[in-house]
Amino acid sequence: MSTIAPEFRLSRFIASLVDIIFWILLIFTIVGLPIVFIMLFYIKLPVINGQLLTPYLALTWLADPSRTIPIIKSFIHSTFFRVAVFPGFGFAALLAAATIFVERKFLAKMQLRVGPLYCGKIEGILQLMGDGLKLMSKEIIIPAKADKPIFWIGPLLFVGTAGAFVSLIPVAPGWVVANPNVGLLAVFATIGFFPIIVVLSAWAANSKWTFIGGLRALHQMISFEIPLILSLLSIVILSGTLNLSQIVESQKHYWWIVFTPISAIVFFITIIAELERIPFDLPEAESEIVAGWLTEFSGMMYGLIQLGTYLKLYAFAGLFTVLFLGGWNGPMVWPPFPTDIITNGITIGPITAKFPGLPLFDQEMLNGTLWFVIKTVGVILVILLPRGVFPRIRIDMLLHTGWYKWIGLAFVNIFIALGLLYAGVLGPGGLIQ
Amino acid sequence: MTTPLPPGIELEKIDERIMTLNVGPQHPGSGHMRLIIKVDGDYIVSCDPDPGYVHRGEEKMAEYRNYIQNIPHLERPVIHDSSNILYPYCLAVEELLDIEVPERAKYVRVIASELNRCIYTLYWLAIYGIFLGHSTMFMWPAGDRELFIDLLEAMSGARVTHAFLVPGGVRNDLPANFEERCLRQVNYFEKRLKEYEAIFYQNPLLIARTAGTGILSRTDAIRLGTTGSVLRASGVDFDVRKKEPYDVYENLDFETVVMKEGDSYARSRVPYLEMFESCRIIKDALQKMPKSGSVRTKLKPNPKGGNDEVYRRVESGRGALGYYIVSNNRPEPYRVKISVGSFRNLICIPYLLKGEKLGNMPAVYWSLNYWPVEADR
Repeated sequence: MSTIAPEFRLSRFIASLVDIIFWILLIFTIVGLPIVFIMLFYIKLPVINGQLLTPYLALTWLADPSRTIPIIKSFIHSTFFRVAVFPGFGFAALLAAATIFVERKFLAKMQLRVGPLYCGKIEGILQLMGDGLKLMSKEIIIPAKADKPIFWIGPLLFVGTAGAFVSLIPVAPGWVVANPNVGLLAVFATIGFFPIIVVLSAWAANSKWTFIGGLRALHQMISFEIPLILSLLSIVILSGTLNLSQIVESQKHYWWIVFTPISAIVFFITIIAELERIPFDLPEAESEIVAGWLTEFSGMMYGLIQLGTYLKLYAFAGLFTVLFLGGWNGPMVWPPFPTDIITNGITIGPITAKFPGLPLFDQEMLNGTLWFVIKTVGVILVILLPRGVFPRIRIDMLLHTGWYKWIGLAFVNIFIALGLLYAGVLGPGGLIQ
Repeated sequence: MTTPLPPGIELEKIDERIMTLNVGPQHPGSGHMRLIIKVDGDYIVSCDPDPGYVHRGEEKMAEYRNYIQNIPHLERPVIHDSSNILYPYCLAVEELLDIEVPERAKYVRVIASELNRCIYTLYWLAIYGIFLGHSTMFMWPAGDRELFIDLLEAMSGARVTHAFLVPGGVRNDLPANFEERCLRQVNYFEKRLKEYEAIFYQNPLLIARTAGTGILSRTDAIRLGTTGSVLRASGVDFDVRKKEPYDVYENLDFETVVMKEGDSYARSRVPYLEMFESCRIIKDALQKMPKSGSVRTKLKPNPKGGNDEVYRRVESGRGALGYYIVSNNRPEPYRVKISVGSFRNLICIPYLLKGEKLGNMPAVYWSLNYWPVEADR
């Protein structure tokens, strides 16, 4: 077995691509086309503008941008797109994965090593994808004495809860999956599910290590949830709303981190603890309790939990951005969509085409997304980097700091916020608006 | 329904509150051994170390090979510290066979053994770092270890198991320009060591975790028969290199590192500070070494030891390491007994872990500078 990646040959790469395309075409012709024709035989074709929409006509329409762009636009503004692709699942997973790749390379440079190198030609950029494929191809082993239904459902619940958390984060004006008026309360409720899932899956595995790890995770999450909630109360007091989009809009002129730095620090440390990152990774402390509550998970069950952790990481970083760093607010740097194309259309030679659907995204949304991504990636990097500097701390030290220091600081911060509110400096009707 | 147990085997009756944990041998934090730990909540009630998973029968094997054939297999218990585990064997065989070692060979041996001590200590430090969750402290020593591995490779030709020290001197002379290269790398390494101080030993979280845990008092350390860095961290000024100097250590300029606290932090810090002393010894030895001369006394073919017994010990990376060899007028030794520092430090694990929190287990256990393979021999 060689550890050196084979030399990249463009000719071989193209040859393999051609090979793949050939086989796909062959299989499609032999198997796919008959199936399509059989299906068409039974489907009643729709009539649009007096024309029967035959497959041939549909294909010709696909080549006509003035017809396809409105279809694409309506898809983009559908609920499915929001849940699955843009402010929801896909965007969150991609952003978290990309940031983790950057973190891995950065940490490797810090520790005098190379980091991911071979997977994906350019500096191991596909390493996370490779890890995911490896986890998918692995066998799932269930311990004989495990409580099987709960053990199976644990990872799914974890990903589901993390996805629910992601859906509450507003990315750009109007771009959020769920926008309840009690958004922050919904966030607290979602976070409250994680300890239950962890303890359920830890006990269901019926192993000593998962038992200890689950209890540790329970202690850690519960003792850090209280300072987390308390530290965010000051934002609610100052902005006067629980809706996350309105909290972002209330930071148009200044960010809340300017007035409530203590709150931001407490919140930041509690999210590191909630995410079980070093130095608070006690529930997964390898040298003490193997892998903690994750010990018995294998294959894609472990992969799902990792995916849930990434989503949770993105969601917490996004929440920090939304609450303290002004969310999507920022100077307008995105260039406006050229109005010529909307009014006059594009002229290529003798043809002038007008596209009624353009622009697909408005300028404010793109600009807001840009600023949100920049801030969130920064927060994720700052969450991950203590890994290179700190050792793990002990459970009693963790609980002590959680119950004494952070709760105390969070209370102090509430009084600061109340002081600012009643002195008439901030808040509804305050001096600074 | 419970099946009756065969006679002689009885299950231990324990309190319902107490849970038994088998830390090892498959546990990632145990090394090649098992710790049977009983916990009451987060507190360790008792700890029973169970070594013997990597027993190799080195002592028995040594009875079937002659004094030269014994060299390569005797370094297997600690391949990271191979010069130091061969050192007392060479000293003992030289005393047994009445061999005079050339002056230059003595210095070369000291240099090799100090380089090897640094290799071992860096490896141990890497493990200590990763078991406390500090991944940078795993990568840095593992990378800097290459400096010394390269030097020893230039000296002996092998990267890990050198078999460089032989009865009668060393196997071969130093390569050309070794002095400058060694000096340059050791100077660079001393700079790196100061960075370890900043990122690891002055880290507030590390101090909070290890200071005050697993305290071994001075009297206990002597009573339990500990040795090496564990003994010196408890405030006992004992180093074989100072107290019973062998070869040329009496001519060299170094100090014994002693700390008074006796906790995990002191135990982890003593080997680190000793690396500075090792660098001092190497630089001093390079200066005082005769620039030319023989490095190996020729032995007679298949030498026979007299009707005699001999015991010699040196200071290894893990404490005093001694060989007791009995000979009966034959080319093979009649009996070889290896007394290793690891096994002597293993004894204090039950004393130190009792009453500690479970989270302190790796911090205390790996601070003992313990190498499971050496303990089993």
